Amino acid sequence: MYAVFIIFLPFIMAALLPATHRLIGDRLIGWYVMAVPLVLFAALIRLIPQIAGGEIVSASYAWIPDAGIDLAVRVDGLGMIFALLITGVGTLVALYSIYYLSPRESLGHFYVYLLLFMGAMLGVVFSDNLMLLYTFWELTSISSFLLIAFWYHRKGSRYGAQKAMLITVMGGFSLLAGFLMLYFMSGTFSISEIIGMRDVLAGEPMIVPAMFLILLGAFTKSVQFPFHIWLPDAMEAPTPVSAYLHSATMVKAGIYLVALFTPLFGGMEYWFWSLSIAGIVTLLWGAFNAMKQNDLKALLAYSTISQLGLIMSLLGFGSAALSASAAGDPAVYAAAGFAALFYMLNHSTFKGLLFMVIGIVDHEIGTRDIRRLGGLMSFMPVTFTFAVIGSFSMAGLPPFNGFLSKEMFFGAAVDIASGQPFAGGAEVLFPVVGWLASVFTFIYCTIIVYRTFLGPVQPEKIDRVPHEAPKGMLVAPGILAVLVILIFFFPNVIGKYVIGPAMQVMFPALSREADLVPEITAWHGVNLPLVMTFGVIALGLLLFITFRHWRRIYRVAPFRWTMDSIYRGLLQTGEAASNIVTDLYMTGRSRDYFVFIYLFFLITAGGMLFLTGAFEPDFSRGPVGIFEISFVIIMAFAAIAMLFVRSRITATLLNGVLGYSVAIFFVFFRAPDLALTQTVIETVTTVLFLLCFHFLPEWKPEDSPLRTKVVNGLIAIGAGVLVTAFGLTVQGYDVYGSISVYFEESYKLAGGSNIVNAILGDFRAFDTMLEVVVLFIAGIGVYTLIALKPKKGEDDVEGK
Amino acid sequence: MKENDVILRTVTRVVVFIILTFGVELFLSGHHNPGGGFVGGLVLSSALVLLYVVFDIETVHQGVPFDFRKIAAFGAMVSLLSGTAAAVLGKPFLSQGFGYFDLPIFGLTELATVTIFEAGVALTVIGTVVTIILSISKDV
Amino acid sequence: MEFHMTILVGILVTVAVYLLLSRNMVRIILGTAILSHAVHLLLITMGGAGEGKVPLLRESDGPYADALPQALILTAIVISFATTALLLVLAYRTYEESGSDNMNTIRRIDRE
Repeated sequence: MYAVFIIFLPFIMAALLPATHRLIGDRLIGWYVMAVPLVLFAALIRLIPQIAGGEIVSASYAWIPDAGIDLAVRVDGLGMIFALLITGVGTLVALYSIYYLSPRESLGHFYVYLLLFMGAMLGVVFSDNLMLLYTFWELTSISSFLLIAFWYHRKGSRYGAQKAMLITVMGGFSLLAGFLMLYFMSGTFSISEIIGMRDVLAGEPMIVPAMFLILLGAFTKSVQFPFHIWLPDAMEAPTPVSAYLHSATMVKAGIYLVALFTPLFGGMEYWFWSLSIAGIVTLLWGAFNAMKQNDLKALLAYSTISQLGLIMSLLGFGSAALSASAAGDPAVYAAAGFAALFYMLNHSTFKGLLFMVIGIVDHEIGTRDIRRLGGLMSFMPVTFTFAVIGSFSMAGLPPFNGFLSKEMFFGAAVDIASGQPFAGGAEVLFPVVGWLASVFTFIYCTIIVYRTFLGPVQPEKIDRVPHEAPKGMLVAPGILAVLVILIFFFPNVIGKYVIGPAMQVMFPALSREADLVPEITAWHGVNLPLVMTFGVIALGLLLFITFRHWRRIYRVAPFRWTMDSIYRGLLQTGEAASNIVTDLYMTGRSRDYFVFIYLFFLITAGGMLFLTGAFEPDFSRGPVGIFEISFVIIMAFAAIAMLFVRSRITATLLNGVLGYSVAIFFVFFRAPDLALTQTVIETVTTVLFLLCFHFLPEWKPEDSPLRTKVVNGLIAIGAGVLVTAFGLTVQGYDVYGSISVYFEESYKLAGGSNIVNAILGDFRAFDTMLEVVVLFIAGIGVYTLIALKPKKGEDDVEGK
Repeated sequence: MKENDVILRTVTRVVVFIILTFGVELFLSGHHNPGGGFVGGLVLSSALVLLYVVFDIETVHQGVPFDFRKIAAFGAMVSLLSGTAAAVLGKPFLSQGFGYFDLPIFGLTELATVTIFEAGVALTVIGTVVTIILSISKDV
Repeated sequence: MEFHMTILVGILVTVAVYLLLSRNMVRIILGTAILSHAVHLLLITMGGAGEGKVPLLRESDGPYADALPQALILTAIVISFATTALLLVLAYRTYEESGSDNMNTIRRIDRE
């Protein structure tokens, strides 16, 4: 119950938000929203001792029991880390946004989307049912879409939102396919049960495709190369959103997914190589591209891409610990998994801090283009300090938490290279590439500090007089800055109480705590990682100073290429192709559509009738009354005459003749209700036709060419003949008895002796109800068509 | 275009009541004899349409001051909600019940929930048909 | 009787489909109206034309005519009325906007 409450509180508060907003106004609504993650954060902190003790809080309610889909919620160590990030950073971002967003914005929408996202994200990390997880997963994509498009009047926002949506939802579908494959193999949607079936599932041939499909979902969400392209465009969102969704939480959903499935797939060679290679490539490519950005937010976006690649590769390294056949000590590899989670926590602190700093610069100066910035240190000393703390932590310098995790990354990469768990040989490249990427990281961190806050001021390029941000805006980044330093000094508290329980979930095979939770120390003698750090600083400084000289490299072929152009090309080709295909059959002529329908009818239904030999017409005439036969003749003549009449009034009257004759046939065929209804309806219909003729022109002779008329005639005759053939066949076919015998009990069952009305009102009342609704909708349609038409001179809604 | 339609008006005044009575009779007898919500509603609405044809819209509106769009919506809602009651009682949606009650004046009478449903149907039919005809007429 | 009715239904369907394939909106609407007549007749014929007694339990004691097609047709009559009304109004509003009752001309105007 407690766990379910945690997920649903944001949704409930989001539902209540519009009413509250009206009640308390724009100024206080941000605080109302901030209370949600704050309360949840406190609730989660209260759970930490239990979770750290290895306990798992879970609850399950039947949702769609027939499909095995339950509202199963499970709070374990792994979900806990992410939930702490979601609520912790969520609180700070909400606090920051109170000062960042002007009350002129549509705050109500913003905060509803934010709460929706929060609930969805908590749902992702606490779901214990694949379908539930998938639902929340897509909901995060949708809320991200809404938040990126928050300033929807900007073209860039709409483009970025669409791009993010397309890529993440594509990944979501892949994820769904993977989940369904897991379900078919295991017979359950429960994640904990599936993970428990690791040994059984390992023998399934479809486990590898399922694994790749799930990875595709994780990679699109966690911006791994080549799916990273949506993140820079997502920076069109307001900065609090970028800080929250697009660096601290949503993009880490893929990391969560990989960590969640590590106990299932971990140890598989494919899993190890996919994660490691995708991660390392993303790490390098992101860092390389970050250096060339002029927009500070784009720079941070690429740096986020790069660091998510780093975390992904660490998870890959760590998964080697679960392989039974891998060479080397599992505990050494598992340390990489620890490093991944530790790096992820640190990343959320320093990257969130940097986003907020950039947001402050953007907010106070009006630009975040580094070509227009510079020398802000003296105007914004506090912001500058925060920027230094964030950047140095990101660059991996002491005394900030980034130093610890960067060292651990180097250590893990070196361990993999020397341990060669799968004897691939390529592992040797991991530390080299990782080190190179860290040099790039160092360079762009320096760019952030130097180009924004140091160097010459360029007052002619900025519109406002630089000044420090309001105090309230500095609180949230301040807290993060303090955390960045605190974690450096007390890393083991987090290691033991937060990461340790998650490690138990990720590596159930390694039970000794000492194996799972390595002691983190800032100083561990002069070893390879430390030397690597010194190398990073030395080469990084050198390259930063000479940046102007080698910047040209970005114009060289392979570095100039962007995945963006591929995306755009795919989108355009897809649109053009679907237009061509659609234009082939959506011609806009009603005749063509009817021709398609009737040809399809003739070919499939007619083909089936004759090819299967089902056509056995019953030509028996039966008794024929004189009245009946005369009305048959009247109707036939009236119908054929319809084709030749020159006036629409005559045609309508002939239609009336047909309608009333039908009513008479209903009398002949013992259907008094039908006869009554048909008579009245026919009258009203005729009145309607005549009323509408007031507005319509007299009809002209059909102006189609003779060829078209002949084709039309052939199709019409074909349809008529086929219907007759069907009718005659069905009459000779008497295999099954009539089900109407049941309805003849209507007096006993429904208390009515009119069987037809008993069927309408009781046995098949649902049909009747829907029919009433259809009638009502038609009425509304007529009314809107007439009453709501634009007045003369008034522009069309679309505005021509 | 004012025609001498005294006869028509006089006849209509009488005939409308006959049609209305017939419509109500059809509606009520639907349980055991031909009739029911549809045809009852249709006959009632044709009586109204006749009124609109013979007298003008404003005059009729004074005597029958209803918004027929609302009547249609109300009818659709009644037929929908009549089914919900069964669902609340744990029976399948739209299950109908009936019973025999000894009422004063009427004697032993059968009462069935289907009548409520049929009333919703009839109201929707009246509302929709009159709305359609009125919308078109007003557009002239 | 069923044989004759089925032939009649075939004729009605032919006429209806031919009208549907024309370019004039009113012809198309009349086509749909005739098509529904045809289908109603087909349904009741399939239920056994003229066999049995009126399906009212108090009137007689069977065998009754098949009540199920009758219920289906009753529903269909009302629905076809609703669609005809909608189509008619759609047609004249289209004519008001585009000045034509010819589907091809309307299409040309629409594509411009």
